[in-house]
Amino acid sequence: MGKTLFDKIWDAHVAHPVEGGMDVFYIDRHFIHEVTSPQAFDGLRQRNIPVFRPEKTIATADHNVPTRDQHLPIQEALSRFQVDKLTENCEAFGVRLYGLGHPYQGIVHVIGPELGLTQPGMTIVCGDSHTSTHGAFGCIAFGIGTSQVEQVLATQCLLQKKPKRMRITVEGVLPAGVLSKDIILYIISQLSASGGTGHFVEYAGSAIHSLSMEARMTICNMSIEMGARGGLIAPDEKAIEYVRGREFAPQGKAFEEAAARWRTLYSDEDAVFDTEYHFRAEDIEPMVTYGTNPGMGMGVSQSIPKPPSKGNAQTFMKSLDYMGFQPGQKLVGRAVNYVFIGSCTNSRIEDLRLAAAFVKGKKKANNVYAMIVPGSKQVEKQAKAEGLDQVFREAGFDFREPGCSACLGMNEDKVPKGEYCVSTSNRNFEGRQGPGARTILASPLTAAAAAVAGKIVDVRQGLQEAP
Amino acid sequence: MEKFKKLQSAAIPLPIEEVDTDQIIPARFLKATTREGFGDNLFRDWRYGADGSPRQDFILNNPIYGGQILVAGRNFGCGSSREHAAWALYDFGFRVVVSSFFADIFRGNALNNGLLPVQVSESFLAAIFSAIEADPKASFLVDLEAQLFTIQATGQSEGFDIDPYKKTCMLNGYDDIDFLLNMREKIEAFEQKNS
Ligand code: SF4
Repeated sequence: MGKTLFDKIWDAHVAHPVEGGMDVFYIDRHFIHEVTSPQAFDGLRQRNIPVFRPEKTIATADHNVPTRDQHLPIQEALSRFQVDKLTENCEAFGVRLYGLGHPYQGIVHVIGPELGLTQPGMTIVCGDSHTSTHGAFGCIAFGIGTSQVEQVLATQCLLQKKPKRMRITVEGVLPAGVLSKDIILYIISQLSASGGTGHFVEYAGSAIHSLSMEARMTICNMSIEMGARGGLIAPDEKAIEYVRGREFAPQGKAFEEAAARWRTLYSDEDAVFDTEYHFRAEDIEPMVTYGTNPGMGMGVSQSIPKPPSKGNAQTFMKSLDYMGFQPGQKLVGRAVNYVFIGSCTNSRIEDLRLAAAFVKGKKKANNVYAMIVPGSKQVEKQAKAEGLDQVFREAGFDFREPGCSACLGMNEDKVPKGEYCVSTSNRNFEGRQGPGARTILASPLTAAAAAVAGKIVDVRQGLQEAP
Repeated sequence: MEKFKKLQSAAIPLPIEEVDTDQIIPARFLKATTREGFGDNLFRDWRYGADGSPRQDFILNNPIYGGQILVAGRNFGCGSSREHAAWALYDFGFRVVVSSFFADIFRGNALNNGLLPVQVSESFLAAIFSAIEADPKASFLVDLEAQLFTIQATGQSEGFDIDPYKKTCMLNGYDDIDFLLNMREKIEAFEQKNS
């Protein structure tokens, strides 16, 4: 029987099989950030052991950093303390750090791929659930807890049980105005926020392979939002070309050798998956969420569904109450006062280009505060080189410096209580963007359009009216 | 890690589904660099109003309920990988969380911190909620050795699954890291072979 892509990578990384089904699983790349690492370093100190393979761990400061005046000392004392702690730990343990002010600093899942640190066939972990992003290159990449961060620092390995395999195939051609963010929000709305639990997902099909690498990252990024451990896509020539020439990618002959290996990374035709789903690209609309988990999404032209007859109607209504919505309502036309374009889901240069192309020559609505937070220093630099920052500023958007920002509201970038925010991030949980904040997840295009209109709009309509 | 063998305790009901880690411990409270003290902010925005006063309608603020077992609706612990969620529950005093379904990362984090996730069927979960409704002080028995959860008032019990290796860890208070450190030679051999 053939092997799935997932099995090929997994099996190549079992350093030692343990009786009873666990594997000592070897990690090629370990990313760390300021929030989930300090307790792990303290653990090493208590045991008096070094970082086992310091060259395989890369650190950045992203979750807690301000997105203004990054050249100045961090104002907020606790955030500063955490970021300083990271610097101190990296120095003490010999770990490479791209901290504030470094040209490579940025959201951990944005910098890995852009620096060529993320390569096909790798195993990648980070103390952050959206590590699944790196799966776009054909990697087994998943989020871990702090105890596991400590384990990887200490041994470069984790004890892992092989998850089940799921394949989600999307065939066909995406309608105009529908982006990869819409694909993944659609999939999650169909499978629910727990539909992928226990599984690792391979995304396949013509609609997936037609996407750019950055668009693929958006899809893999949100795998965790349906409960899956991670998601991956078989590396094709597009993936290989994306990696070529990047700072930490193999160079010259070594690259060609690596690329030859990468070309063997696909699911064999007779490989069997534990679970399979099929979707058609033509069925997908621009998506918005109406509730407080990413599974509560719908096509923008649809109405909010009735409470489920099976399952917990109480939880459903609690969620709608929080959002201030009613079953049966449409969201198109609803005023929103905040727009956030950023996060590891949608803060790459293509996302910014897309939003800028829409915004160019327009002005944001008066009621809206709109914020663009590039995913990394490099994205910021590129955006400036292309004049995108200017486009945004002229349209009245706030163009910030890189970090996680309003995705999780750890720094001062928060959405006030009761306010609606159309956000390109990945979680619409209660209070995620600030206590009482109401998040509507959407694509960068839908977000940009909401900023200009001051309300939720169906971007397809604008596209049709355009000459 | 603390050992866990058996626990007899009352339970606190939280019959809400999809309780995510941002509810368990909101991101703005993740700034500490130690593992302790997160219990103060457990379920912060459900437990306290914006002005910091306790919300009377939230179960943790109701003195009738107590105990070291939290009973919650399905898909408990979905969302972020923050281990702070497990630390907060543990720090608050919980040793067992019961649900009909756990998110993967949360389950792993809980097990790594001596907090036992007990997954039961929907119908048994409903029976537990009814038992607490009938008597807020109702007592439950969690027996890890036997992998059995018992509603003592009715005598109903249900078995639960746990990975055999993880069970040994919980029973003896071992961490994965001890195990992995003992594997260093094997890991180095693997590296040699693959370099
Ligand atoms: S941008 Fe948001 S989801 Fe992504 S790593 Fe940062 S906090 Fe996590």
